[in-house]
Amino acid sequence: MRKQDLTYWLFLMPVLAALVLVVIAPLLLGVYYSFTDWNGIQTKGFVGFDHYKALFQDKRFLDSLWFTIKFSIVSIILINLIGLSLALLVTAKLKTNKALRTIFFMPNLIGGLILGFIWQFIFTKAFAGFGSLVGIESLKGWLSTPNTGFWGLVILMSWQMSGYIMVIYIAYLEGVSSELIEAAEIDGANAFQRFRHIVFPLVAPAFTVSMFLTLSNTFKLYDQNLSLTGGGPYNSTQMVAMEIFNTAFGRYEMAYGQAKAVIFFIIVAVIALLQVYLSKKREVEM
Amino acid sequence: MRKPYLIPLEVLGIFLALLWLAPFYLMIVNSLKTKREIFEDTLSPPSKVTFDNYVQAFMELDFLKTFANSVFITVVSVVIIILFSSMAAYALSRVKSKFSTFIFFVFVAAMLIPFQSVMIPLITIFGKFDMLNRGGLIFMYLGFGASLSIFLYHGALNSIPKTLDEAAIIDGANKFQVFWYIIFPMLKPITVTVAILNTIWIWNDYLLPSLVINQQGMETIPLKMFFFFGEYTKQWHLALAGLTLAIIPVIVLYFFAQREIIKGVSDGAVK
Repeated sequence: MRKQDLTYWLFLMPVLAALVLVVIAPLLLGVYYSFTDWNGIQTKGFVGFDHYKALFQDKRFLDSLWFTIKFSIVSIILINLIGLSLALLVTAKLKTNKALRTIFFMPNLIGGLILGFIWQFIFTKAFAGFGSLVGIESLKGWLSTPNTGFWGLVILMSWQMSGYIMVIYIAYLEGVSSELIEAAEIDGANAFQRFRHIVFPLVAPAFTVSMFLTLSNTFKLYDQNLSLTGGGPYNSTQMVAMEIFNTAFGRYEMAYGQAKAVIFFIIVAVIALLQVYLSKKREVEM
Repeated sequence: MRKPYLIPLEVLGIFLALLWLAPFYLMIVNSLKTKREIFEDTLSPPSKVTFDNYVQAFMELDFLKTFANSVFITVVSVVIIILFSSMAAYALSRVKSKFSTFIFFVFVAAMLIPFQSVMIPLITIFGKFDMLNRGGLIFMYLGFGASLSIFLYHGALNSIPKTLDEAAIIDGANKFQVFWYIIFPMLKPITVTVAILNTIWIWNDYLLPSLVINQQGMETIPLKMFFFFGEYTKQWHLALAGLTLAIIPVIVLYFFAQREIIKGVSDGAVK
């Protein structure tokens, strides 16, 4: 097959057309619209950087950005800690390890929207029921304050994604040869030393993959945010994805919403490129 | 030889597994109670099991129809993604040119673009040309799903030697035959991964269908669930029965194909 061949183009065309029409053209048009007064139907003229200037004074947007950053940092740490611990647990030679993997991974197959609704019940009804049973007042009224809304989202995401991250760590942990570990054991290395000096360096690449996946999943979160808290109370748990949606489709400020979407894209792209750069650098050093 | 330190770990594992399952347990237990009993006590098992909630939720969700809609959109989209992504990856891996490298780079780079960044123009433009609903949705899934699928196929194709293609051409096969009868069957393991990853994503997707599907009777499960929940927001007995119905198909599938699913998800992430 050569580039001039018709088959080359026939094979390439369907996906290329879809990518251009669905992703690339809307992205470029979106950047253009963000500098105009586009209202979803027509454009009357350019407004320059007005939307971008307004956006950095927009408390609602800045609050949602700050909430998203806080939420992502806390979730990434917890999900990776729990995910790695679960992976270490189920790769120890337990009788139940197959069943445990199945159970821990299960939430990932169910849509975020549905998981959010289930947890809304757990937090508002079951927590309250448990609270009055054991006499802990603070278990009542969950999701009705910004703080419990924040931790509600963190708990939901940790419960859901830890099993996913566990699967990734398992893939690397199972590559660590048991002979190597037994040799170290004979040489007198204790469990902590074996983990620190043998297992840890070998699973280090898993950290890069897991960080990237958790970051991308938490930073762009929408479904769980919508179904668990709906952004409330008083928009205090509204993340950037939802804020963009509400600006455009709730308040019909199309061009302004699109300017927020462009900033969102830039942040996500910079984080991703930074991550690729750092992991490449580390691989070279190792 | 079983080591003594494994026993506390076994206990810990079982405890954590029960903790992980607790939300599902509470959902099912309460879906079998009356509205009043949920209000009085959420933690105990039902004093008298009732399936009335399920009957009502099943009808309100128009469950068979909604389920069929989800199956249709997911299956058609995944088949189209598999066919066209594998073909494109084949073309890109067999023609080594600057152009191919560039196109491959564009597909990989497109994975970084968050949906929210293209959503507003995408929906307004497709709406203007009257290309929403099922057909438009499936085409959009191809656009959003192609990147990762091409990336995975490309990696697998690079390990299949080109001499195989050339030998088949000498034997008189044309390029389509080479691909469909020789190369595509060799890609089966990666096809399973591509199918699993795209199925999980499309089956559970809410935001895109919520923007694209505006005809009544076309709703997928997540979409219908959202309306249903909004309508019965303080009526947990119905909401929980509906949620349980919505996840039963997924759990059944998981039960039969858990090894393939976990392997597919892990391969897709690690590669």
